[in-house]
Amino acid sequence: MPKLLIWIAALAALIALPHGLSFSQQEILVFLTINVLLVASYRLLTLTGEWSLGHVVIMGVGAYSSALLTKKLGVYVPVSMLLGGGIAALIAVLLSFPLFRMKGFYFLIGSFAAGEIIRLLWKRFRDPFGGAKGIKGIDPMPDFSVGFYQFDFFEPTSYYYFAGVIVAVCLWILWRIEKSPVGLTFHAVHWQDKLAQASGVNVRAYRTLAFAIASGFAGISGALLAHYIGTINPNAFDIDLMVYVLTWAIVGGTATFYGPILGCVVLTVINEVVLRELGLEQMRPLIYGAIMILSILFLPNGLESLVQKFTQRRAAGGAPERRPAE
Amino acid sequence: MLDLLAQTGLNAVYAASYISLVAVGLVLIFGVMGVINFAHGELFMAGAYAIVALYADLHVPFFIAVAIGLLFVGCLGLLMEKTLFRPLKDNPLGGLVASIGFLMILQALAVMGFGVRMVHIPPVTQEVIVFSDKVRLPVARFYVIIAAIVLLSALWYFLKRTKFGWALRASAQDPEAAALQGISITMTARIAMFIGAGLAGIAGALTAPLVSVNPHMGHSVIVTAFIVIIVGGVGSLEGAIVASVAYALVHTFVTTFYDGVLADIVGLSLMLVVLIVKPTGLFGSADRA
Repeated sequence: MPKLLIWIAALAALIALPHGLSFSQQEILVFLTINVLLVASYRLLTLTGEWSLGHVVIMGVGAYSSALLTKKLGVYVPVSMLLGGGIAALIAVLLSFPLFRMKGFYFLIGSFAAGEIIRLLWKRFRDPFGGAKGIKGIDPMPDFSVGFYQFDFFEPTSYYYFAGVIVAVCLWILWRIEKSPVGLTFHAVHWQDKLAQASGVNVRAYRTLAFAIASGFAGISGALLAHYIGTINPNAFDIDLMVYVLTWAIVGGTATFYGPILGCVVLTVINEVVLRELGLEQMRPLIYGAIMILSILFLPNGLESLVQKFTQRRAAGGAPERRPAE
Repeated sequence: MLDLLAQTGLNAVYAASYISLVAVGLVLIFGVMGVINFAHGELFMAGAYAIVALYADLHVPFFIAVAIGLLFVGCLGLLMEKTLFRPLKDNPLGGLVASIGFLMILQALAVMGFGVRMVHIPPVTQEVIVFSDKVRLPVARFYVIIAAIVLLSALWYFLKRTKFGWALRASAQDPEAAALQGISITMTARIAMFIGAGLAGIAGALTAPLVSVNPHMGHSVIVTAFIVIIVGGVGSLEGAIVASVAYALVHTFVTTFYDGVLADIVGLSLMLVVLIVKPTGLFGSADRA
């Protein structure tokens, strides 16, 4: 029962959260919600042991698809968001043919190259992608009312609730996938790929599946972003954001489901709230970089190892530290 | 038409020169340390800003400024080895993240010291080597070509013919066996970082008067260097040089006859094609992938 109480308290806190914040902080909260889905989907991909540098471009595929579907074909926005995720997954399946010939560092850079090609195509072809300036005037989510609450999607608070529900559902699905036999096979593909292969697991197919699912959810997060800010361009999905996603995941830790999310939330709050408040605009990347270096030096297993240490000590009264899987 | 081809060829040779300097440094660091130095483009930038500070602002003679820049960036490499890569030896992804953090710090320092705007540096020399009416090579570019040939030859001699070079290659191949033979792994790592960073620094310093120096210039450099070392095969110095020349030729010709964005797309596509045909690069082996 206390577990249920904790969940209810957390939910209440999340609902109350935007009301204590300034407008710009509410906007950051919306982006943070979207990025949580992005980084959680990235974790599913890393479960099979491959680190992609193309994930943010795949997010962009979802954003561009959804934006173009509403703009050119007049598709209803929530439907186009789902389709955006679907198209992102489809593109990922296509990319998997060349990419999964590579492993490790080659995959890292190969996925970056594949992503850059897509991004440069958006930049080069003004029709239909809008060239370097991108797509403007993307249809917003249509306003609607649920009786007691009127959703006005130009308000960050409304969009935060909307995105929050979608992200929560997606996280739940991602979590279920990870705990399912399929998710366990992903782990097997990573840690024992020879053994998995020998016991009849089609390693390649499972890698592709993880890549496609992760990409689909990244696509949905991209669509959420596109219909919130109303304008997207190729530079919104460049390597800079990818580097952030990578560092969120690694600084947070990838041994648990919540690790990357923790990394995303903590680093975003430090960067966007704490450091911005200090008003050291030019110093901000310097301090952020230093924090990254210090956390990787002194917390090699990520922020999640702090949480584990804390909760385990409470549960077992100073039980010996258990090393996480990675 | 022949003139245009010859001129584009010369431009390609120049591009290949500085790309190979950067890429060979990156390969050397990867080979010995086993870490991907994401901050390598920012070491190139640091070399360029050394020229801004010394040559443009303090009027130090150009070649002395280049030499100081080389030492300065080499020392940055030593700093990275000591504070980042040595403690994170068994954690390749950690090393990657740490180098990204270092990249952010270097960029922020450049912005704080010199501003975000592009800096133009007075030309070192206006002299031009004239081959014909339409085929010319500015001497400043010629310096870069000479530097690449001299430094890479020296590096080749150092690696293949000297004792230190043997030690370096041994510890790249098998660190434990090398340590058992009495080779100091720390020392070879330091040498590799100093040379690798220094090569990026000198490339940045020599090209500084030819390009627009700005805090984000490392970005395109590192992307190009990654493409080149992947095509060449990670860990292969010869592969990096061959791939630099090939990439520079393709990129320069496509840029001249079409446009820069298309050239990037073609370059990246070629890399993917190479990887699809031979997933470990042209000269690579799967050892340290």
